[in-house]
Order: sequence, then C-alpha cells, then structure tokens
Amino acid sequence: MVEVKHIIKSFDGRVILNDISAIFETGKTNLIIGQSGSGKTVLLKTIIGLLRPDSGQILYDGRNFVGLKKRELNVLRREMGMLFQGSALFDSMTVLENVMFPLDMFSSDPYKEREKRAMFCLERVNLPDAAHLYPSEISGGMMKRAAIARAIALNPMYLFCDEPNSGLDPKTSLLIDDLIHDITKDYKMTTIINTHDMNSVMNIGETIIFIKEGVLEWRGTSDEVISSNNKALNDFVFASDLFRKVKEIEGQEQEKK
Amino acid sequence: MNEALQRLGEYTLLMRKTLSIPTRWSMFFKQLIKEIYKLGADSLWIVIIISIFIGTVIAMQISLNISSPLIPKFTIGYTTREIILLEFSSSIMCLILAGKVGSNIASEIGTMRVTEQIDAMEIMGVNSANFLIFPKILGLMIFIPVLVIFSMFTGILGGIAASYADINGMTPSSFEYGLQYYFNSFYIGYSILKSVVYAFIIASIASYFGYNVKGGALDVGKASTNAVVMSSIMILLADVIMTHLMLT
Ligand SMILES: Nc1ncnc2c1ncn2[C@@H]1O[C@H](COP(=O)(O)OP(=O)(O)OP(=O)(O)O)[C@@H](O)[C@H]1O
Ligand SMILES: [Mg+2]
Repeated sequence: MVEVKHIIKSFDGRVILNDISAIFETGKTNLIIGQSGSGKTVLLKTIIGLLRPDSGQILYDGRNFVGLKKRELNVLRREMGMLFQGSALFDSMTVLENVMFPLDMFSSDPYKEREKRAMFCLERVNLPDAAHLYPSEISGGMMKRAAIARAIALNPMYLFCDEPNSGLDPKTSLLIDDLIHDITKDYKMTTIINTHDMNSVMNIGETIIFIKEGVLEWRGTSDEVISSNNKALNDFVFASDLFRKVKEIEGQEQEKK
Repeated sequence: MNEALQRLGEYTLLMRKTLSIPTRWSMFFKQLIKEIYKLGADSLWIVIIISIFIGTVIAMQISLNISSPLIPKFTIGYTTREIILLEFSSSIMCLILAGKVGSNIASEIGTMRVTEQIDAMEIMGVNSANFLIFPKILGLMIFIPVLVIFSMFTGILGGIAASYADINGMTPSSFEYGLQYYFNSFYIGYSILKSVVYAFIIASIASYFGYNVKGGALDVGKASTNAVVMSSIMILLADVIMTHLMLT
C-alpha cells in the first residue's frame, strides 16, 4: 500500500499539486486520471522520488519516503519498477540487455541465472523473439512491453506506469492494460497508473483518483465514474467519449469514400 | 556572473556524484572498454589524417618563410618538431577532438536525459552519473594520450614527406638533423600530461551539459554546441596555465 498525505509541490512559486492525499491499494491497479497538464506526471514523479515535494508525506507500507537516508532509499528503490511515458529503454543496449540491466546492477546471481530471469520476464510480456533486437528496431507497443519486462525484473512490490498506452492503437492499448493488470494480480503489487485514456479507466480502474489543476477532485472506482454527478469529472469523461464518437464518425465517412 | 557561479556549483556537484566507487566493477569495465573502443574507432583516422597534412603544411610554410641564407636549413625540421610536439598534437588536436567527441558525448547523454533514460536509471537506484560519465572521463583520459602520440608520429612523418619536395632548398637530411637537434624528451611527457588534463575537461564538461539538459531535442542540440564552446575555452585557458607552470 502506498499512501500520500497532504502533498504540495510547486515550481518557481507556481503550485502544481495542491494538498493531495490518497491511498493506493496493494494488489490493485490504482489510476490517476486527469487532463493533460493537470499534474499527473508531477504527482507520479513525486511519489517515486524523482521530485521532492514542498511538504507532505509519502508512505510505502508505512515507510516515509521523504525522510529516508540514502542507503534505505536505495533499498526501497529496488522494490519499485517504473514504466515511463516514452518507455525509456536504453538505446545502446538490446532488449535483453535492457531487461538484464537491473539484475546486472543489483543481483549477485551468476550470468546464466540472470539471463534466465530476464528471458522469463520477456516471455511474461510475450516478447522473447525480440530479445536480441535494439529498441530502435521494434515497435512502440513492443517497446512498452520490453519496458514492463525491465520494470518487473527485480520482482518489485510497487509498479508505476506513466501513461502506459500513450501513442498506441486501441487494441495494443488494451493488451498493455491487461498485461499490467494481470502482472499486478500475479505478484500482488501495488500498481499506480497515470492515464487520460477512458478505455483504460473503464477496463482496469479498480481505484481511481481524478485530478484537476493540481487538486484532487474525485475518487472512486470504474463503476462509479459514469454515474458520478461531479461536474468536473463529467466534463472529463464526456469530453473523451465525444472525442471517440467523432473519431468513429470520421472513420465511417472515410470508409464510404 | 551569477549564472556562471551557479553552473560551477552544479558542475562540482555532478563531479562529486560521478567520481565515486562504481556499484559493479564488471559493469564499469564493460562501459570503459565500450567508450575506449568508440573513441578509438571514431577518432583514430581523423587524427592521423589531420596530423599528416598539418605536419606537411607546417614544414612547407616554414621553409617558404625562411629564405635568408643566414638561417641554417635544419631550423625548419627543428621548428616543425617543436610546434608539433609542444602545441599541435596536444592542444590543437584536443580542440579538434573537443568538437568531435565533446558534442558526441553531450548529445548522447542529453538524449538519455530528455527520453527519461537517466530517470529510469535513478529510479532503479543506479547512480546514473557514475555509471554513464565516469567511464567516459576515464576512457578519454586513457585514450586521448594515445591519440596524441599517434598525432606526434604522423605529424612528424608529414613534415618529413614535405622535406622531399625540395622547397627553398630544404633537404631530407637537413630536416632530419633539425628533428634531432636539441631534442628534449621532457616535451613529449609534457604534451601527454597536457592531453590528460584536456581529456578530463572535454569529457566532464560535455557530460555536464548533456546531463543537465531540460526540455526536448532542440535543447540537446543547444547543449552540445555549448559543450563544445565551453570545453574549447577551458582547454585554451588550461593551456596557458600549464605552459606558464611547467615551461617558464
Ligand atoms: N520540471 C518542471 N518545472 C516546471 N514546471 C513543470 C515541471 N514539470 C511539470 N511542470 C508543470 O506542471 C504542470 C503539470 O505537468 P504534468 O506533466 O504533471 O502534466 P500531466 O498531467 O502529466 O499532463 P500529460 O497528460 O500531458 O502528460 C504543467 O503545467 C507543467 O508545465
Ligand atoms: Mg504526463
């Protein structure tokens, strides 16, 4: 379980996160949703410690992240896996080397064992064939999967995903969502996902918080998201729905021509 | 001024983070070999080609300009040697390498920054500066002196080649005599020592500019230009200081 309490974060006097408190549960896919620029990435980066909050607490199963010493911090870091918005694979290494990287750095197992573990992770994400390709040689969806494999290489307890399906087609998005969901269940991880994709919200939104301009507007589950009367949330949900419909109509018209 | 101080502070902090004991020596050596190989494969030929041509041209120029019968012909070989050993093969060569290698390092690390690859390392608990920058610094400090030695050899060879062209009465034998005239082997050590310092300057400054990129691809380009300008200035400055300290 990851708990944030009264997080405030500002850049150059501009408040980006304003007093955010939330609980992200173990074994569930916890979603952070909101419009572009609402502060989702900043919140996620604050939770994982890439940014330091101005005030507030971040508790990893009771351990306060903000005050940790460097050594304890590094121990905690090894329990965290992160999937970045642009995959962030190391482009000088092959897919296999990427997945092996955290193992090479921190595991004392012999090479064969590490390679086996990496291949296991690649098989988990259905990507064993791409093991010896470089990131520039594979598609965006494959990159995401490779990045997931790398994130789970050290068997993390916490998994963070920043817009896991940005830039992917709807079908691949769905695959990635399901993959993250299944892995979360399999390994009982606490998974936190940033997204503005309504498909993901409906598909894997076990707990959801909605952020608008740095303020936590609403919290609930995917079942409640549609029926909620919250004005801001309705605007968000409806906007993406409308967007999808427009796309559909456009698509039909193109087919007619 | 304020910005300069801030940059100096950032640079110092980054170097402190960089120059620490690697988590995994095996990974460190792997990176080091990679860096040396990359540098060697990329730069050896350009160093050799430039050195041969400049050596030739220096010898030709000097011989064209010394037409007085009062000055002995071996002066040409002597002067060519002094220029190549003292300044060209170390300082000028490193200025050229600052352009080539420096921009390369800055854009490589800068790209890793803007595509969140550095964040990805940090989040794993890897000291990204140590992992990425330290092998580059050490690799350059090991291999740039080797390139400098190559440059000295080939530069002198270029000069010898020019002596066969018989410009203004320059002969291979007088040139060779000049090459050996008053030879001080300390100058070679001095030049190599300078190049080690330059190597540190190039690698650390370029890494600093790359590591601190904020924004996107455009900023990576800017950072690599800045890296080249700044490391060139620092090389020249270091040249003046070291010449003053060691030769006067
Ligand atoms: N390092 C930074 N320095 C200054 N301002 C920043 C920084 N990072 C983010 N911001 C600002 O914080 C705000 C929130 O940005 P954030 O990246 O969290 O949005 P987001 O919700 O993730 O949007 P998107 O869905 O487009 O990724 C933006 O207005 C952005 O300009
Ligand atoms: Mg974002």
